[in-house]
Amino acid sequence: MVTFTLNGKERSFDGDPDTPLLWVIRDFEKLTGTKYGCGVAQCGACTVHLDGMTRRSCITPISTVDGSEVITIEGIDGPEAKAVQAAWVAIDVPQCGYCQSGQIMSAVALLQVTPKPNDADIDGAMAGNLCRCATYHRIRQAIHNAADAMEG
Amino acid sequence: MTLQQISTTRRAFLAGSGLVIGLALTPRLSAFAATKGVQAGGEDALTALNAFVKIGADDTVTVLSKHIEFGQGPFTGLATLVAEELDADWSQMRAVHSPADDKVYANLAFGLQGTGGSTSIGNSYEQLRKAGATARAMLVAAAAEEWGVPVGEITVEKGRIKHAASGKESGFGALTVKAATQTPPENPKLKDPSQFVLIGQELPKLDTIGKTNGTAIFTLDIATDDMLIAVVAHPDHFGASVKSFDDSEARKVKGVIDVKQVPQGVAVYADNTFAALKGRDSLKIEWDLSKAETRSSKALEADYAKNFAEKGLEATNNGDVQAAFSKDGVQTLEAELVFPFLAHAPMEPLDAVFMKAADGSLDIYTGAQFPGMDLATAAKIVGLDPSKVRVNTQLTGGSFGRKAQFGSPYMQEAAAVYAATDRTRPVKHMWTREDDIRGGYYRPMYAHKMRGAIDAEGRITAWDQVIVGQSIMGKADLDETSVEGASNLPYVIPNLRVTSHNVELAVPPLWWRSVGHTHTGFAVETFVDELLQKVGKDPVEGRLALLTNEPRHMGTLKKVAEMADWGSTVPDGRSRGVAVVRSFGTYVAQIVEISAGDDGAPRVHKVWCAVDCGVAINPNVIKAQMEGGIGYGLGAVLFDAVTLGEGGKIVQSNFHDYRSLRINEMPAVDVAIIASTEKPTGVGEPGVPPIGPAVANAWRRLTGSPVRRLPIVNVVTS
Ligand code: FES
Ligand code: FES
Repeated sequence: MVTFTLNGKERSFDGDPDTPLLWVIRDFEKLTGTKYGCGVAQCGACTVHLDGMTRRSCITPISTVDGSEVITIEGIDGPEAKAVQAAWVAIDVPQCGYCQSGQIMSAVALLQVTPKPNDADIDGAMAGNLCRCATYHRIRQAIHNAADAMEG
Repeated sequence: MTLQQISTTRRAFLAGSGLVIGLALTPRLSAFAATKGVQAGGEDALTALNAFVKIGADDTVTVLSKHIEFGQGPFTGLATLVAEELDADWSQMRAVHSPADDKVYANLAFGLQGTGGSTSIGNSYEQLRKAGATARAMLVAAAAEEWGVPVGEITVEKGRIKHAASGKESGFGALTVKAATQTPPENPKLKDPSQFVLIGQELPKLDTIGKTNGTAIFTLDIATDDMLIAVVAHPDHFGASVKSFDDSEARKVKGVIDVKQVPQGVAVYADNTFAALKGRDSLKIEWDLSKAETRSSKALEADYAKNFAEKGLEATNNGDVQAAFSKDGVQTLEAELVFPFLAHAPMEPLDAVFMKAADGSLDIYTGAQFPGMDLATAAKIVGLDPSKVRVNTQLTGGSFGRKAQFGSPYMQEAAAVYAATDRTRPVKHMWTREDDIRGGYYRPMYAHKMRGAIDAEGRITAWDQVIVGQSIMGKADLDETSVEGASNLPYVIPNLRVTSHNVELAVPPLWWRSVGHTHTGFAVETFVDELLQKVGKDPVEGRLALLTNEPRHMGTLKKVAEMADWGSTVPDGRSRGVAVVRSFGTYVAQIVEISAGDDGAPRVHKVWCAVDCGVAINPNVIKAQMEGGIGYGLGAVLFDAVTLGEGGKIVQSNFHDYRSLRINEMPAVDVAIIASTEKPTGVGEPGVPPIGPAVANAWRRLTGSPVRRLPIVNVVTS
């Protein structure tokens, strides 16, 4: 039996301990904002915050999550999350939208650590998040805008 | 306009529109028992004024989109067309997918319902405006009746219906039931473009908020407690089939419910996704390769090249190519190009959900690009009358052509998987990324042979191009999609011949974002660039001199040259390249600035892009499609190929060896839209074709090496 918190609520899981966190979140908790894109830590669509750090939930066995705090797109909150989501909306970053939960989780984590990121910081934090619609240009702009908004 | 400026104007829209961002961003903390799919055609409580417009008691206007929203913006674009003629306020607009219906919701460019060929806006431009104008007329007639005033005295503005003399005023919602009983006018008068209030504005997209807070529902998200998750084990060779299999280990996996053979492979059904995947991994399958493609990509290339010497299917033959090449003093240039198979790799792999309703009818939820065809295909396989099947198109994580398949082969598999169950439980069938990369329906492999003649005076006098590859349309004779962009070469060259050869492979082909232009654009634009270099002409000036019959090519080329300050000094170690391609009626010119990256491959720093797509419905969406097309095309030309190894075995399997462009590889992009009053044309695909040749041209000028084979990275770093 694994216990953890998901978006602030106590949860437990007693299925196959190898089950990736991604499928626990999606199939068992029915929180579907976190997406499957590759299953092998190559695309970032499944990005969540695990104890405050970004984590690819598709390769994270639930057994390793025992006692941890998991935050998904449905549960993010705080000034960075608000600024990032507002910046995303303001310039219409999403196209198909499928990658965007993961993008936002990575962007929020970036701003939590680096409130005023430069382009290299953005590359470093975001290079693991693929967007097949290639919304990268706007993702970069939106992160800068969110940082500016938080400052001002 | 910079993004910063856009965001300022758009903030004004958002502020004035009553969109409550704070509310929409409220975190959803509790787990749901189930995630329902979105019903096609909108909620039952709405009142339909025609096939495309429904109005709610709360004044919301829901546009039924006959086109699938997978990122190119039809929800926003079609709603804009309706709102314009309805004189609605943007904040009251909503969009939802229409039901599947090949007549009512036909793409007027195809004759059946479908999205593709960058036609969504073009074919809907009059139809959806007419739907808006018709609904407006019915609301006005209802108001006139209700208030006992003449129709001619009623005005509509920003969603308010008014009669000035009496001071009467109403929203749409209060009048919609009465409006639905009015006779719709046959030919409502449409606005002149000079009267447009919403068309041409950077209106906020309707689907952005749900895609920013995790609430947008995609097919893969649909879940009920009793749902079965099904995955299918597929062969490693195209054309292979199941000889025998052993499922004893698979059935031992906790959560696996059943295993069945289907025509496409072996299906594993489980209570949850991980169990299904684990079960699939535990299958032992022997495949029958007797009908499989067993040639490697290398062998195919050699077989393709044999066609160059044979007589091909004639696409264009102007002047006398033979004679032009044999003139005295003629110099010739030759090039052979090879293009690999490309997977579309949409971010959401293919998926579909099947749910039986209480009355025995069937709801299917999927990213249906050809909904009528998917419906007919599924109905046949599950053995239901088509009237008992509903296809509910969902928001979809990209397609790039992948979901537009004649005969719906994906739906054949998904429906077969559902049909093999006892149908008491809902079934979600999903492909993994591996299924997607290895699943075929690729942009076919092509080989081109180019020959150009330059006469003694330095004029390009002849162009001879042979194209070898699969016919996407499955034709034995000339397939336009193999030669488009070459057969109608925009450059004035007196002797022009373009021929093609169709080859047969067991690898299923499909259109890939911009179809034939993915390879003809590259071949034409790199070859003309080399010819111009050989005769000492500037790439922009030289092109302009050959584009005398093509004012819109010239317009975008001149614009992009101006944006990039073409001819100005380029920093050391950098080089620039240009390309201009017309595809799907839209003209796009791009200039790139590149250098050699640390890995020896091209690094693209900046792209300037000028686009002429007629009337610009939403400039922000057009720019986004150019940016996206550039990034998508760039990733493919730099990194991507699906290859068949020894014995025809598919080599690649996931994003580690089928690379996507990443944010650190995305150039800065500057887009300008040419002002135009021409009918609008599409933007989903036309951003793609110029990027590859522009990069290759810059690379050739930087290094002296022409790019003859894609992807570029394989050549320069191997
Ligand atoms: S699904 Fe986890 S990184 Fe792609
Ligand atoms: S928005 Fe489509 S994959 Fe990123």
